[in-house]
Amino acid sequence: MKKILTIAFLLIGCTVMAQDPVEMLQKIDENMYSSTKITKSKMIVYGKRKNKEIVMEAYSRGTKDTFSEYLSPAREKGTKMLKLDDKLWIYSPSSDRTIQISGHMLRQSVNGSDMSYEDMMQEKKMVDMYTPTIKGEEQMNGEDCYILQLDAKVDDISYPKVKMWVEKKNYVPMRQDLFAKSGQLLKTINMEDVRPVNGRFYPFKMNYKDVLKDGKGTDFIVIEMQDNVPISDNVFNKANLKK
Amino acid sequence: MFEFLFKGLIRDKSRSLLPVIVVSLGVSLSVFFVGYIEGMMGDMVDQNARFGTGHMKVMTREYVKNIAQKPLDLSILEAGKVIQELDKSYPEVDWVKRFNFGGILDVPDENGQTKTQGIAGGMAFDMTEGNSDLRRLNIANNIVEGRMPNGPFEMLLGQGLAKRMNVKIGDTITYFGSTMDGSMSFQNFTYVGAVQFGLSVMDDKTFLIDIKDAEQILDMEDAVQEIYGYLPNDIYDDQAIEEIKNTYNASFAESDDEYAPQMLALRDQNGLSTMLDMVNTMSSAFTFFFIIAMSIVLWNTGLLGGLRRYTEFGIRIAIGESKRDIYKSLLLESVIVGVIGSVFGTILGLILTFYLQEVGIDMSDTLGNSNVLFSNVIRAKVVPTQFWIGFFPGVMATFLGALLSGRGIFKRQTSELFNELGV
Repeated sequence: MKKILTIAFLLIGCTVMAQDPVEMLQKIDENMYSSTKITKSKMIVYGKRKNKEIVMEAYSRGTKDTFSEYLSPAREKGTKMLKLDDKLWIYSPSSDRTIQISGHMLRQSVNGSDMSYEDMMQEKKMVDMYTPTIKGEEQMNGEDCYILQLDAKVDDISYPKVKMWVEKKNYVPMRQDLFAKSGQLLKTINMEDVRPVNGRFYPFKMNYKDVLKDGKGTDFIVIEMQDNVPISDNVFNKANLKK
Repeated sequence: MFEFLFKGLIRDKSRSLLPVIVVSLGVSLSVFFVGYIEGMMGDMVDQNARFGTGHMKVMTREYVKNIAQKPLDLSILEAGKVIQELDKSYPEVDWVKRFNFGGILDVPDENGQTKTQGIAGGMAFDMTEGNSDLRRLNIANNIVEGRMPNGPFEMLLGQGLAKRMNVKIGDTITYFGSTMDGSMSFQNFTYVGAVQFGLSVMDDKTFLIDIKDAEQILDMEDAVQEIYGYLPNDIYDDQAIEEIKNTYNASFAESDDEYAPQMLALRDQNGLSTMLDMVNTMSSAFTFFFIIAMSIVLWNTGLLGGLRRYTEFGIRIAIGESKRDIYKSLLLESVIVGVIGSVFGTILGLILTFYLQEVGIDMSDTLGNSNVLFSNVIRAKVVPTQFWIGFFPGVMATFLGALLSGRGIFKRQTSELFNELGV
């Protein structure tokens, strides 16, 4: 019996060791990013007194360019955001102004949620930003996962350390713990409702939780997603903000 | 007797000059210290009450738990009703609405593109002409450029912030922040003036708007972040404030609503309690150590004087004066010296205090990041206490000094005197 157990443990160990963490991270990137994407999503900000729902439509091209427009609530309808590389502009129809958000202001919360503008601005694939190490296996959000530790290999990054639970079957992240350089936990992201989209897998529900804030965090729910569809270059143009 | 001793002191300078100088210096220091502390503390209480804490402040219980973050979403709803009840229960107190919130200020160039941008703290209060809060904050008298807002969506900036944002009167400034429920809020304001608060922390980071504009941009109709209360004539009274706070909070003791109103006194906020108590303790300790130190100095002075007057005491005993009478005369002399020194010391201390009251010390470089609101210029304040506070330690110190040093009189023997005089 002892021998069987030893062999079984060795086999599990060998399976974990056999996985190439970089390859794993590439597969994760392939799932999370596509060349173009149009999504309609809902952000639910759980407040202490009441919850708030924001519906938006977003057009994205790779990891660098995103154009999004708020569809509801009424107060925010027509507000548009454009992200090109590391720049972010917001247009407000009520003031007819386009404001560029930059520097430390990117750390401000988006709509009182647990997400910052910086969180929305990730412009590189993870494999280009982090060096991964496999740390073990664990069940997370109902799925068998590998535990990856990601250490930043580039400077000027929002979260220099990340602990990630990756679903074994399709290499979709099920949870991410985001840490500061000091090792302090800053945010957690829990993923669920993984669905196939055009040959890849994507979590349709994510919960962002800023650990420094009280409450249930912010849900980000994908309502519709179209993958690898042609998007005109005009969409990713500053002039499109005022249209 | 008094005249005899007084003449003796005037004629024999060595008996009076040094003790009077020592007492004068000690008393002047003591009087000045009281004036300095009173000025500094009074200013600190006044500035905090006006801008940050009120004499007392009403918020929701949940807001109080997170007060450092000033969370708008935990503000008081149905504010009109809460203020009405406060007015009914405490009619002598002036209850006013205030908002303190953050956001991004963005100044466009001629093409509508961002020219300058910065994070700033907004403060909103009722700017209606003749309003008590407008008078209290004394903004109109501190405008260094432009004018007070008199229309919708007009904004004043702190002097330092205006400089940093590089704006001129009439420029548009776009406010970008969040409403009470976290929605994005954009609003164009017209820059109408710059204010010098005299507080570094506010001059560099604060903008002012009218309360009605704040209610609109924060989506807080009939809601208020904080309700400030001020006692009549804005005179701070720790005991009265504590009484109002306790009775008000007791009226909600049975409620388990986490958004029920809760009142905090000035000293409950910004760590002011510790600071006020610390300064009071320091002040008492200073007076105590001052008496001890002065007594020791004057005891020594008395001893030296006593030794010098050893022969005189011997002769006075020899001609029939009792030791007790000599001791009494010595004590009376010390009281006269103490009173004269205290009078001079008090006058000197008052002059010093008055000078610092009028001129002040500019501390703007060192007070930049303080959480407690301090004026950039620290000033002393002449207060009635100073007219008598120096007398007690001044007279006591000389009296104690004489009491200790004069004990040598009782050891004086007439036979030794004759021996010393070679009779």
